[in-house]
Parts: sequence; C-alpha cells; structure tokens
Amino acid sequence: MSPEPTPSQTIGPFFHDALLDRNYSELVSLDHPERIRIEGTVYDGAGEIVTDAMVEIWQANRTGRYNHPADDREDLSLDEDFSGFGRSGTDAGGAFSFLTVKPAPVPGPGGELQAPHVMVSVFARGLLRRLVTRIYFPDEQEANAADPVLSSIEDQELRRTLIARDEGDALRFDIHLQGDGQTAFFEF
Amino acid sequence: MAKRKGEEAAGYRREDEGIQPPYLYPDYVATRLRAPKEPLIILPRTLSDTTGPAYGRGPVGELDDDLTRQHSGEPLGERIIVTGRVLDGDGRPVKSSLVEIWQANAAGRYTHRLDQHPAPLDPNFSGAGRCLTDGEGRYRFVTVKPGAYPWKNHLNAWRPAHIHFSLFGPAFRSRLITQMYFPGDPLFEQDPIFQSVRDEKARQRMISTFDLETTQPEWALGYRFDIVLEGREATPMENPR
Repeated sequence: MSPEPTPSQTIGPFFHDALLDRNYSELVSLDHPERIRIEGTVYDGAGEIVTDAMVEIWQANRTGRYNHPADDREDLSLDEDFSGFGRSGTDAGGAFSFLTVKPAPVPGPGGELQAPHVMVSVFARGLLRRLVTRIYFPDEQEANAADPVLSSIEDQELRRTLIARDEGDALRFDIHLQGDGQTAFFEF
Repeated sequence: MAKRKGEEAAGYRREDEGIQPPYLYPDYVATRLRAPKEPLIILPRTLSDTTGPAYGRGPVGELDDDLTRQHSGEPLGERIIVTGRVLDGDGRPVKSSLVEIWQANAAGRYTHRLDQHPAPLDPNFSGAGRCLTDGEGRYRFVTVKPGAYPWKNHLNAWRPAHIHFSLFGPAFRSRLITQMYFPGDPLFEQDPIFQSVRDEKARQRMISTFDLETTQPEWALGYRFDIVLEGREATPMENPR
C-alpha cells in the first residue's frame, strides 16, 4: 500500500538564511555567450509587490536534455556544469531574476514536442502550498501555438500570462498571484 | 469513497480530501490576497516534471546538520535529535537528496532581521541546517527545540513550535516545503496554518513522535519525523519520447 503524503505548509517569512545563503540564481556564468536574463516581479491580489517570495526554476539545457537520471536520451549532450535548477528570492521591490540559457524543446505527453519552457515554483508566506507555473518564450510563436500544455488553456488571456515579454536585455515574466491578469497556475 | 488508481494518475484533488491545504484559507489572513482564484490547470505528466533538480549534489558542510555546533559556544535550550526517512509516493526511500531546515531558537526568535518578537537572540544559534539523505532515505539533525512565538494573524495568535523542512525528492513533482511539529502542543487548536490541513490523519503526519531509541542518555531527546513526498516515480512507459 502506498503511504499517504506529508501535507505542505507555508515557507513563512523567515527562510532566507537557510535557503538563500548563497547565490543560486545564476545557472550560467555572466560571460556565457548564450546567456539570457529572466526577471519579474511578484504581485498579490491587491496589486502590491510581494517582497518575501521565493521563486525556483527547473529546465532542460540548450539541447533539450534534463540533467536528471530519468532523462536518458543519450543522443542529446549534457552540460555537466548546467544543473537546470535556480532559486531566487524576491527583493524589496518584489523582483526576482535568473541568468540562464534558453532550453530546447522537450518531449510532450504524447511524444510530440513541447515548446521550450521553464518550470517554475513559487513559495511565499500566505501560500500554504507552492504555486506551479511555466515560462514560455516570446520568439517561439509557432512552437507555442502547437504546445500541448499552452493549447489546453482555452482562456486566451490566461494562456498569455505564461509567455515572457521581450524587453531587449531581459525577458520579463511577472507573476500575479491573484486578481486581474492572474498568472496561470498548474496542478498535477 | 474508495480511490481508484486511475484517479490518482489523473491528478485527483488532494485538496478536496483535506490532505493538502487549500490555497485560500481565510483564517490564515495572508492567504486572502495571495491565493489564486482562477482554477488550476491540470499539467500532463512529462519529462519536465518527472525529472527535477539533482540538487542533492550541492555542497553540504560538515557541521550543516548540527545546529548546536555552528558557533563558538552551545546554544541555550533543550538539545534534540530529529531524524526520519524521506519516502516517495510508492514508499521507496529517497536517497542522496537534500533536506534543508530552519527554525526559531529556544526562546521563539528567528535570527531573521524582520523578526521583531522581543525574545532574546542566541549568539550561538542561527537556526539553519541541511543534510543529504543516506541510502535508506534517512536524515538526521542535532538542534535545540524551537520555542513558540507570537504573530499578528489574529488577537493573541501564537505559532506552535515547529521546524521548517524543505525537500526535493526525485522529481519536480515531489518538491515539498512543510513544517514539523512536536507532540502534544497546546497551540494546535488555534493555529490556522496547522488547521489548514482539514484531514485529521493528514495533520497528524506533520507531528513528530518522541522516540526513546533516538534519544541519547544524558545528552539529547530524540524525535522521529518521516516524510512522504507526492508523486510516484516515472516508469519509461509514462515517459513517451
């Protein structure tokens, strides 16, 4: 018989010394030729910035391979120094930021390809469970249109919240926890 | 009602059963403006979430699992050993996986700059630890028992003593942040964070048990806290390429 899961509880406001004692937000070096910056601000349902959130990302590398034993597609190269994991707190302005590379497409639920995307977890005081969302890329219109997850979202406005905005030197992905323009969140 | 295997695979709602807390739990005031209102979208199972951070290989320092030896002197308080096993949804041990913890000191005060509770800081206690699970999914920390502390959620609100736990498990799906409580705490009844888990048995799974076998004579009390993560390990069949 499968054991029953341990319930989730909020991260609370006091996690910084334990979880953000080092810089986990730069997945590649500052001079990586293909580096991209993804940044955003977390807002609550009153439109106020959330200064005590923690955002984590998980993604495939430039070839579309995840640095994990369950991804055994050995025809795709693995960058040993690219873990695919990042973690950023939100600062006094509610902002988080990552330096990473754009992942290549990865397999979807039926074997078709998913558009390039980054998995996101959001933790904060007032969130009894993490929120899960995805960052998609604005220069992938065709792949985004065919993506099985994006196209499963009927509400166009909600779907649009998952696509980052190109701001020239960075991709912007704001997270609205609640209210007008709420970000699309997932469950498993 | 009996659960069918297929319902689990389709992501049946733990929240509806009260096993996981809801996002909106108005008694916990901070949820009111932070809980999403749009319905959640079911995410199909793909490599994007059946893989996850192999964060377990990150650097863990020698004294990171002993919160009583991170400074020149010993912290004040009741010295305790907290240990248990981390299991996946199939009951298999989660090996070599990072466990991170943080907690208030024995007086109920966090070192965090935003904690304004007028209880003393302890210069010998930071309250942060980490370790890797062993080959049987076991972790072990030495620390002091955290104190209860007040918060401003409602009049005379106090958090029961707890230790925050952060776990990765084998996949993105299994990521969990939770809190471990201590048996018999009189503050459970009025704590909306604890009570947000509506299922009585599920609440009990957040409470550690006093364990005489872990307890070391003349030295420290032992508490046992096993953690079960959501999600079953993906088989190749569930990972079409």
